[in-house]
This record gives sequence, structure tokens and C-alpha cells, in this order.
Amino acid sequence: MHSNRHDTPLTLAGRTYQSRLLVGTGKYKDLDETRRAIEASGAEIVTVAVRRTNIGQNPGEPNLLDVIPPDRYTILPNTAGCYDAVEAVRTCRLARELLDGHSLVKLEVLADQKTLFPNVIETLKAAETLVKDGFDVMVYTSDDPIIARQLAEIGCIAVMPLAGLIGSGLGICNPYNLRIILEEATVPVLVDAGVGTASDATIAMELGCDAVLMNTAIAHAQDPVLMGEAMKHAIVAGRMAYLAGRMPRKLYASASSPLEGLIN
Amino acid sequence: MRIQLNGEPFELPDGATVADLLVRLDLTGRRVAVERNLDIVPRSQHAETTLVDGDSLEVVHAIGGG
Repeated sequence: MHSNRHDTPLTLAGRTYQSRLLVGTGKYKDLDETRRAIEASGAEIVTVAVRRTNIGQNPGEPNLLDVIPPDRYTILPNTAGCYDAVEAVRTCRLARELLDGHSLVKLEVLADQKTLFPNVIETLKAAETLVKDGFDVMVYTSDDPIIARQLAEIGCIAVMPLAGLIGSGLGICNPYNLRIILEEATVPVLVDAGVGTASDATIAMELGCDAVLMNTAIAHAQDPVLMGEAMKHAIVAGRMAYLAGRMPRKLYASASSPLEGLIN
Repeated sequence: MRIQLNGEPFELPDGATVADLLVRLDLTGRRVAVERNLDIVPRSQHAETTLVDGDSLEVVHAIGGG
């Protein structure tokens, strides 16, 4: 399906990607389901978390990076679970070592376990340190257009506002804020979090987002592999509709069949 | 000597290096990253980084996440 012939590829940190869908690897039943759902989604960028190894437990068990090999996928390590800038920066440095100097990271500094809302003050601090340290920072943030602008000014390579709370599946809760962020964007804007089903992803793309990052919408679907594929099409459909430019909304009807030549 | 490993006390023979620790943990050749007292220990320096009593080590790997 080479439908995006008028499009330019997504570019992040100097690399181009055909897919505008980024996916997480959390919450799957097992590694095999993870692999199959991600393959079906067509995603080229895949997020992972960085955690302590389980000392003395099953050292031989299969590793996530065996099924999502870094030579095939761009691995995007996240700082999920970090609640201050210091922890987030430490996690990114460990991730860079883990991935042989790979500098692309997803920065997220959370504020609260109930909402997983970003702590934008700590996020700004961490972003500043990481950019100075040579990281290519894709940053999870609120849909506050001013914070989004500041994160881009600091030097983040992509700004990723939430469309809804992480894992909520509530969809695009505030399209108007996203529109404002998009209107003045100087770096790629990705919706990160909130997408629940394919139409949500399409709406995000129709708004003009450069890409969408999602995890739970695929992993917690009844059939994650099928939803992965649905999301692939949803992203393509939304992107094409955005490029095509939708018709204006009208209050009243406008007949599609000509009025001339009616039999009466 | 006793170090802190991923937040828990861990016993090691005196003079052990980061590489020795990874052997003990059966993690040699696995994709892990090591931090010692808040500083990254690059893979190339595992064999020459000697641990001392009271060191605080973190050994991490990649797992599923969003």
C-alpha cells in the first residue's frame, strides 16, 4: 500500500521512518504476543522501560530485546516511573549505556500515581540536562501549549502531549489544545497517551500530528494483534485525510445528486 | 565485602570487579547496564572496575513499557 505518495517521511533525530505509529511494549500477555502485535502494527519505533534486573531469578529467560531486536527497530527507552528530574536523567544515562550509546530517549517525569500526569516543572529541568548531555529527547508532556513551546525551545527533538491520561483509553480529550500546539510547532508533535481505539488515532492524525505513540490501546484490546493492524490503517487514514484536507462543516444539507434532469 | 546491589545487600569477595559481579549473577554477555555510586560503568570498563565495600550498584535491563 503506497498510499502516502504526496507525503514526506517522519524524521526524528536525523532518521526517517515510513510508519507514523510508535508503540509500547508493556502490558502484553507474553513476549510472543508483544512481537506479533508490534509486527502487525508496522511500527518502527518501539518504547521500552529500564528496570533493575531480578537478581538470581531466571537469568536465562528470554529478553525483550531478543524479540524486538535493536537492529530492526529503533528502541526508544522511557523514563516511566520517574517522579523527579534526577531519577529521569539517571535512567536515561543507564538506557544509553544499555543500548550502546544510542541517544534517543522518551522523557517522562510523572507527578502523581493516580493520574500519571506529567510534572512539567521536573520535566523541563530534566530536558535541559539531557539536551546538554547530548540526548535526543522526545518528551511526554501535558497539552499545555506554553510548556510544549518551552520544551521545544530547550532543544527537545519532539514534543509529545497527552491526548488523555496514560492507559485511560479516553481518546482525544482536548483537540483544541492540540491544535494550538500544532499550529505553532517547530518540532514534530506526537500524541502520546489516551488513544483507546483506531478512530482516536485517526483523529490525532487528522489534527495534523506527526505521529502517535500508544501502548495500552493495542496491548489491552481483546485481540492485540488485530488491533495492532487496525492502528496501522487508522494512522495511515488519518494522515491521508489530513493531507487531503477535509471538507468544511456546514449546518445544512447540500445535495450530492444534481437537481437538473429530474423526471418531473 | 558487602555492597548494595539493586537496593539489597550483597556479599562479594574482596577485590571483585564489575565483570566478576556479572559472572556471579549469570549476566555475562547479557544486555545490561551498570551504575556504580550514581556513575555509569561503561561495558568496556567492567573488567577493570574494582568494587569496594559499601559500593552501591544498579544493574538494569530493558523490559516492556510504554
